[in-house]
Amino acid sequence: MDTIAWRDVTDAGEPPPSDDRSTFTLHINGSDRKLTLDHRTTLLDALREHLGLTGAKKGCDHGQCGACTVLVDGRRVNSCLLLAVAQEGAHITTIEGLADGDRLHPLQEAFLERDALQCGYCTPGQICSALGMLDEAADGSPSYVTEPGTAAAGGPVPLDAEEIRERMSGNLCRCGAYPRIVEAIEDVAP
Amino acid sequence: MKPFAYLRPGSVAEAVRVSAERPESHFLGGGTNLVDLMKLGVESPGLLIDVSRLPLDLVTPTDDGGLRIGATVRNSDLAAHPVVRERYPALSQALLAGASGQLRNAATTGGNLLQRTRCPYFQDTSKPCNKRAPGTGCPAREGAHRDLAVLGHSPDCVATQPSDMAVALAALDATVHLHGPEGERAVSATEFHRLPGDNPDQDTVIRPGELITEVVLPPPAEGAFSLYRKARDRASYAFALASVAAVLTVRDGRVAHAALAFGGLAHRPWRARAAEDVLRGAPATEETFARAADAELAAAEPLRDNGFKVALARNLAVGALAELTARADRSG
Repeated sequence: MDTIAWRDVTDAGEPPPSDDRSTFTLHINGSDRKLTLDHRTTLLDALREHLGLTGAKKGCDHGQCGACTVLVDGRRVNSCLLLAVAQEGAHITTIEGLADGDRLHPLQEAFLERDALQCGYCTPGQICSALGMLDEAADGSPSYVTEPGTAAAGGPVPLDAEEIRERMSGNLCRCGAYPRIVEAIEDVAP
Repeated sequence: MKPFAYLRPGSVAEAVRVSAERPESHFLGGGTNLVDLMKLGVESPGLLIDVSRLPLDLVTPTDDGGLRIGATVRNSDLAAHPVVRERYPALSQALLAGASGQLRNAATTGGNLLQRTRCPYFQDTSKPCNKRAPGTGCPAREGAHRDLAVLGHSPDCVATQPSDMAVALAALDATVHLHGPEGERAVSATEFHRLPGDNPDQDTVIRPGELITEVVLPPPAEGAFSLYRKARDRASYAFALASVAAVLTVRDGRVAHAALAFGGLAHRPWRARAAEDVLRGAPATEETFARAADAELAAAEPLRDNGFKVALARNLAVGALAELTARADRSG
């Protein structure tokens, strides 16, 4: 994470904690970040506007498009609908935290290899969502299209294209790169 | 969004006490609906009482063989719970039919029950709405109401209750447990949401200061199969146009027990008692199932643009009951 330059504006003369503001710590991509923020600040705005992490994107800002998807304590969530203050102490992973130095995460490699994007605006959310989704299936979590009884004993749920499409339905792509997004995720799925 | 104070209480008692003292407050669970409504200006609490970290996050068996679900259990965890999947598949499927993977990871059991209608007029503060601003009128009656109610609506409100989970809970005879300033009480899931009448600002029977602490499922009916089916405008990640939760026990070709609830049709999950009366003791055939669905839906009063929902709900119910009968046949 040393390669990421933090742009921390919380020390830039912002008002102190009050009824409407709090000071708290978020653990982001392996680093602890102490913030004093207005309670209205969403996790997405904390990342983008206060920590310089602009990978997570603001698409609809209403939890309908998935462009803002990050992982909180390993689970994928819409960061535009989470209040930053309510995430105090949580471990947050953004798209900036996936690569190992210059080595991209296998999902990032697969999206490049499959050309699974056109404009790229939804891509950070797609990849973070796919990462969380692969863990959910590996843990045996069913989806709406999973045959009842599949992985009932706790094993992983096998991921075919139908499963991937259903599980990724919270991530929209206005360019319509869906076929290649599904292929890229299939490449990485066990 | 208006500024607000934020508090994370250490106990249910503290949460309830603060809520009673601060009527401008609102409980915060996963926030997937509330934060959105705050952005839209539909909700403007002066204080958020964050109950998401209260110790209400367990799913445990009850003494009588049922299941106790804590109010802060996340929707995704409840859907994946082995006991829910095996014994209450309609509940698991209903949860998985709702929202997206990201939203289910954040949304809580209690919050899911308290989510507000997605009626476009309710969500738009530039429009009149009796639910959001009592007495201002209901433009949906003559306006964009294709997705709205066909059963139990009133001149003042034609909104639908959006939760899939609540429909399954109604069919499964769950109870919602509340903790409030005057103590604890339990309400049947079929009675928790109410019809709009002349005060549609009240979605549920919850009283000021009351917090949902848990939802309790009775043991599943013996030999019963259950499922949840949902029809929507796209294959995934959309609210129900119509949905059905069905529980069925077939013995010797006849219906021994049936419970049926519709979603997407009314201001609350619509428990289909008239249909159940037709089903009980009747031959488990498609003819019976159609007669039962028709008996229930005879009460429908579709608006100008949503009459299709009646046929949709009928066909969903017949298909669901036929599928459950086939499963019963296969299991011998």
